[in-house]
Amino acid sequence: MTTVTQEAGAPSGAALPPGVPQGMNAGEFAIVTEGLTKRFRGGQVAVDTLDLAVPRGSVFGFLGPNGSGKTTTIRMLLGLIAPTSGGYSVLGLPQAQALPKVGALVEGPAFYPYLSGAANLMRFDSADPTAPRASAKRRIAEALDRVGLSAAAAKRFRNYSLGMRQRLAIAAALLGPRELLILDEPTNGLDPQGTREVRALVKEIAADGTTVFVSSHLLAEVEQMCTHAAIMRTGKLVAQGTIASLNGGLVTRVRVETPDVADAARVLGTLGLADVLTSGGEVTAELGGHAPERVNAALVGEGVAVRGLAVVRPSLEDVFVGLTGEGFDVDG
Amino acid sequence: MSTAESTAETATAETATAETAGTTGAETQEERRTPGLVPVAESMRTTERRPPEPSASAPAPAAGRVWAFWRLLGSELGLTFRRPRNLMMLAVLGVVPIVIGVALRLVASEEGMGGLVQDVVGNSLMLTFVSFSFLVLLLMPVAVSVVAGDSIAGEAGAGTLRYLLAAPAGRTRLLLVKYLNAVVFAYAVTAVVALTALVTGLILFPAGSVTLLSGSTISMADGLLRILIAVGYVGAGMAALAAVAVALSTFTEVSIGAIAATMVLVIVCQVLRAIPELGSITPYLLPSKFTNFDAVLRSPIDFGSLRDGLLAFGAYIVLFGSIAWARFSGKDITS
Repeated sequence: MTTVTQEAGAPSGAALPPGVPQGMNAGEFAIVTEGLTKRFRGGQVAVDTLDLAVPRGSVFGFLGPNGSGKTTTIRMLLGLIAPTSGGYSVLGLPQAQALPKVGALVEGPAFYPYLSGAANLMRFDSADPTAPRASAKRRIAEALDRVGLSAAAAKRFRNYSLGMRQRLAIAAALLGPRELLILDEPTNGLDPQGTREVRALVKEIAADGTTVFVSSHLLAEVEQMCTHAAIMRTGKLVAQGTIASLNGGLVTRVRVETPDVADAARVLGTLGLADVLTSGGEVTAELGGHAPERVNAALVGEGVAVRGLAVVRPSLEDVFVGLTGEGFDVDG
Repeated sequence: MSTAESTAETATAETATAETAGTTGAETQEERRTPGLVPVAESMRTTERRPPEPSASAPAPAAGRVWAFWRLLGSELGLTFRRPRNLMMLAVLGVVPIVIGVALRLVASEEGMGGLVQDVVGNSLMLTFVSFSFLVLLLMPVAVSVVAGDSIAGEAGAGTLRYLLAAPAGRTRLLLVKYLNAVVFAYAVTAVVALTALVTGLILFPAGSVTLLSGSTISMADGLLRILIAVGYVGAGMAALAAVAVALSTFTEVSIGAIAATMVLVIVCQVLRAIPELGSITPYLLPSKFTNFDAVLRSPIDFGSLRDGLLAFGAYIVLFGSIAWARFSGKDITS
């Protein structure tokens, strides 16, 4: 990266979107968007004044139900569609210089069915004006090896399974040395084993220092691999930050399964737990600063028959529900 | 140019910046680390701080950009000339002159006939011109429209366009590569027709001096030169048609739509040419100029007619090239 250009042209701290921690400059972000808006012909607003700040080195989950504007945002970041208003910066560089350092998987794999996996990668490598031809074969072999497709390198794309296609798309995103990886729904169509492999790969890539921006409609998946997240709903940003800060707004609860519901509720109340709720066969309450094992001991000491006791940590889904007041409709 | 505001402009004026793409990128490419080989402890920023060492093996930015352009064009040509559909079209076009030659040979052997048949039968080189005059009307335009009409629309329909542009191929650069590829294919089509016609003619009919339309006679070498001029002219006409097809290709994600639209235009033009009342507009229609290659059969060669045709082809290429560029450079790629 040409640090000079980047610092000379970097936006001042004041120009950064709200919610960006003070004292950081644009060079510390892989992606910054400012009031990014896309209105399609017909008036539909796909992305509405989006202010996104993706720190370098993070694994950033870009979350939202289907149709919430995630892919439109990614297409704008890649220069495939022009924003109606607002701006964005990828790696603090002009588009043509930034894109060679960005690997992308957008809306599923798309390859030439009559070419082999390796020939497909060669095709996309030849489209990048900065990719040295001399090292193309080596880089392609490495990328295929990384996603475990070396054995299928000479096989035509037409004969690839869904999981292999997805992996080839990830290999295409890893063809060069990348500073940023944009993965749009990388686990779509993968079986649980494939999903685990992708998660492991993302962690491995992130460990190299590459920023990974991964969009998903599967909250649990993102929670497992991301350090940061942003949540979208109908084109608008609902929240962004570290996973911990997003979860921080919600409290951990304790759930007790017992036939003695009334007794259990009384014990929890006397222990000082707030918001004690009972429903058939179980009692829940805010755990607060209490140690779960002490709560259990107190319950047993009072003769409550404890069948199960669980600490329920808030999930991103709870965050989403809490922020929007509606369910995270996966099929939406 | 790297502020958040100015990148918005970069997005729309991406084609302008695409030309500078090769410069800094190519320089930094060589000394960048390979993912996976760097200890986890080394952070992104420490790697970045490493000063860019000018690599001796790295080509100069301008030269690198040119090489990268040829590499993409090579990739494009590889796809075009390996695709079975395109090879099939070339094969069919190669067979037609053979069929025409054999048919004329059979007709001629029955009894002496005058006119065209007599001209062809009298000399082996004439079959090339006869083949052209049959094929430029429809079959050659079909082959060219298939490749040129598929150029952008085919990639868009398959979804590969978004990956090419994210690579980033650059919109102007990709469009230029696609068009040059179509031009090469147009000349390949023309050359295949000329070559098979020439070989067939030499096998079936006597070689030697050529009698022209005007009645004068030229040497065989002169005749071959005139075939070469005709190939250049007809190829240019097909290249002009390719510009129309590429322009139409930027308007759709369905390649068959762009191909069909080009063919409809060609056929409508042929129909309009047949209507005498429309004589005032027919000279401006592209297919009207395709047959001007017969100027090489005059003595001396009617260069005025060839020049008029080439100017018309140039005008069509500039006009439809501009339309294609205007459309493609600002298009939202949603496929």
